[in-house]
Amino acid sequence: MTLDSKIPAGPLAQKWDAHKAAIKLVNPKNKRKYTVLIVGTGLAGASAAASLAELGYHVKSFCIQDSPRRAHSIAAQGGINAAKNYPNDNDSIWRLFYDTIKGGDYRSREANVYRLAQVSNNIIDQATAQGVPFAREYGGNLANRSFGGAQVSRTFYARGQTGQQLLLGAYSALMRQVDAGMVEIFSRREMLDLVVEDGHARGIVVRNLVTGELESYAGHAVVLATGGYGNVFYLSTNAVNSNATAAWRSHKRGAMYANPCYTQIHPTCIPVSGDHQSKLTLMSESLRNDGRVWVPRKKGDKRPPAEIPDEERYYYLEERYPSFGNLVPRDVASRNAKQVCDEGLGVGTTGLAVYLDFADAIREFGEQTIRERYGNLFDMYEKITDENPYKVPMRIYPAVHYTMGGLWVDYNLMSTIPGLYVAGEANFSDHGANRLGASALMQGLADGYFVLPYTINDYLAGVKADKLHTESDAFKEARNAVTERVNKLLAVKGKKTVREIHRELGHIMWNYVGMARNKEGLEKALQEIPKLREEFWSNINVTGSDKNLNKALEQAGRLADYLELGELMARDALNREESCGGHFREESQTEEGEAKRNDEEFSYVAAWEYLGEDKIQALHKEELVFENVKLTQRSYK
Amino acid sequence: MEKTINLKLKIWRQSAPDAKGELVSYDVKDVSTEMSFLEMLDVLNEDLTKKGEEPVEFDSDCREGICGTCGIVINGIPHGQEKATTVCQLHMRHFKDGETVLLEPWRAKAFPVIKDLVVDRSAFDRIISAGGYISTKTGSAPDANIIAVPKPDAELAMDMAACIGCGACVAACPNASASLFVGAKISQLSLLPQGRIEAATRVQNMVAQMDAELFGACTNIQECEAVCPKEISISAIARMRREYVKAAFK
Ligand code: FES
Repeated sequence: MTLDSKIPAGPLAQKWDAHKAAIKLVNPKNKRKYTVLIVGTGLAGASAAASLAELGYHVKSFCIQDSPRRAHSIAAQGGINAAKNYPNDNDSIWRLFYDTIKGGDYRSREANVYRLAQVSNNIIDQATAQGVPFAREYGGNLANRSFGGAQVSRTFYARGQTGQQLLLGAYSALMRQVDAGMVEIFSRREMLDLVVEDGHARGIVVRNLVTGELESYAGHAVVLATGGYGNVFYLSTNAVNSNATAAWRSHKRGAMYANPCYTQIHPTCIPVSGDHQSKLTLMSESLRNDGRVWVPRKKGDKRPPAEIPDEERYYYLEERYPSFGNLVPRDVASRNAKQVCDEGLGVGTTGLAVYLDFADAIREFGEQTIRERYGNLFDMYEKITDENPYKVPMRIYPAVHYTMGGLWVDYNLMSTIPGLYVAGEANFSDHGANRLGASALMQGLADGYFVLPYTINDYLAGVKADKLHTESDAFKEARNAVTERVNKLLAVKGKKTVREIHRELGHIMWNYVGMARNKEGLEKALQEIPKLREEFWSNINVTGSDKNLNKALEQAGRLADYLELGELMARDALNREESCGGHFREESQTEEGEAKRNDEEFSYVAAWEYLGEDKIQALHKEELVFENVKLTQRSYK
Repeated sequence: MEKTINLKLKIWRQSAPDAKGELVSYDVKDVSTEMSFLEMLDVLNEDLTKKGEEPVEFDSDCREGICGTCGIVINGIPHGQEKATTVCQLHMRHFKDGETVLLEPWRAKAFPVIKDLVVDRSAFDRIISAGGYISTKTGSAPDANIIAVPKPDAELAMDMAACIGCGACVAACPNASASLFVGAKISQLSLLPQGRIEAATRVQNMVAQMDAELFGACTNIQECEAVCPKEISISAIARMRREYVKAAFK
């Protein structure tokens, strides 16, 4: 199988327009005859569903939650980037493009990233028209803030709830199309398999999570907008139901998985408090605008933070990176936090935390201003930790947050299975090896509002609008496979709970495939994970039946997939013998301990092809070509 | 500081929508006060699974108070006694050692029980689809700064938009009214210039759908405001009424 990225020819700034001009169209009268299945209702899924329905396609929209409004995009706090240049600080499409590609450590496609920057402005317009209550200046215009990895203020925000507001905007557009009869919503449904007929994606098998029944749906195209796979690590900032199953099952049906080792560890999360912990909570990185990160200079300094004088505090980001200071990109901030804690300078009971201190900002701007900027985040912190961050510095530690890897897609967002599109975090496309803050919302909505509604026409124009059915052999085979698997999970009746095994997987992933990786550790992970998988299939205990709501069964199925995906992540990390962005190989660092890329050998997208049960995936390489930016070692000094 | 407590839980167990439910007692031991309420239930479910019993089903997703998925009536109060807190953000440090805690699902005609503490809130989606939006097609929006919005209006719209759609307002209301939920959406959109155009049809259609879903009428009891985890002000309902009256005179 060869990978064709389908990047249009021509100068960078004209590629998207030229491509759009060449895209085939579907006659408006015929659009109604096509059904598109869209799985997931986060920013990418909801915006795609609404936009395709507006065009006239018949859309079926699926989500695991009880309502499409609850998808995990809702938890994004800080903001969304766009190249509006409203603050007149010399921002531009080029600059947003450049920052994103540099932030991604030159491991993404120029053409994709440039398109993302181009449509970023339309997103802000669209959301505003929908009634998204962005923050405003006194004159009534939109306000901006700055974010990590950029020296301009280009981030739009709605308090600390930007994801929620953008998602509710997309959800409202989606529900408008429900009202118009163009979209059918199927909530509490989990996609458990993809149906491929004659080499084309033609449908899905879902489990109705309330009745337990398997349902099949056919479509002329399928869009996965099912989010990332951070929960492989057990503890992450993802929602407890976020999972990789739809993407992974599609991988096993022929969609290649790209760069699975690129995971983002977010620097500002609330530290783990104990074994009972079920998820980690992120504190928006916008806090780094006003908060100063520090640890005591002396090892084991147990004094309360207020009693440690300034000269005995190590503001390590400010000292090590004078020009970006506390606003270095996420991967750099996370790695530095790990380093100082590894050196024994960490704070709190576990020693696995650093301070994020607002005392100076409160002194300078007053408590009221800080409250206006971050009030809800401070409240959330206090609720969880019982400490008041207006009085004592926050304690933070990095946590798994986002996965840049995902299903491989071409410039049209189509996977290696014709007719299967992948949007948002579920694809690998735009963030390279590290995503900048406030760029996830931008990409999800760019894919759903402004990319898919164009590119999918090109495919559908070549597909017959034939009558859909779900009785073909391919459908039957998929249903049987799902049934067999569900029965198998229930039949084990072993001793360990899903959580226990998931926690163990999390330990392996965090220790060996986490913030810093090396050959020895990765090889160890490649031994441990299959062992754990074996234990899972021989010793898991799933109670209840498949005939009704059974969350343990849902979670068991997801864990079974993580136990395969985790292995691929380790394999990918082992293969990539360089450091780049969120992927830090200890063997490949500069003298100062920074990530050292190896462009000669690794300037490619690693796309893995599934070859069958218990076979090692085959690696395919898509070379990355840089015609417009010069590859430099990232420096935020 | 972390310590541990023991609790007696009385939990509503109901195996299916039409099955008869009952309260079942469970003892939970050595609960760390650092845990969230749902983590405490996770641990209970682990124990039940190990004993071969079916775990207690409850809904949750983000576990950071923003998605609106979780919801349990705790000792008679939706989301429990802490103000401005969803149950996923409620921590065990607020409970006393030896306490008996009662857990029930949202109760309202419009929110039928699916299993144990899980209810069906799809009525909220249908209300939004009846008009909780601004009709603007993808791609047709003008530059965002063409629509200036006075900062106080934008702030108030944001206060209203903070609703997470959890349904606590309905669960708390003796009439099981959805007025706070509906009022919040109507207020958000009617406070913004771009939302004025459809203001009249929006309020009429959403209110009609709310009634069709068997939510009760609002009689100003204000329990909704008291339990709202996002502290949505009851002024939302007053604004909805004003919009409704305005619409009638159009
Ligand atoms: S689980 Fe999302 S608000 Fe509680």
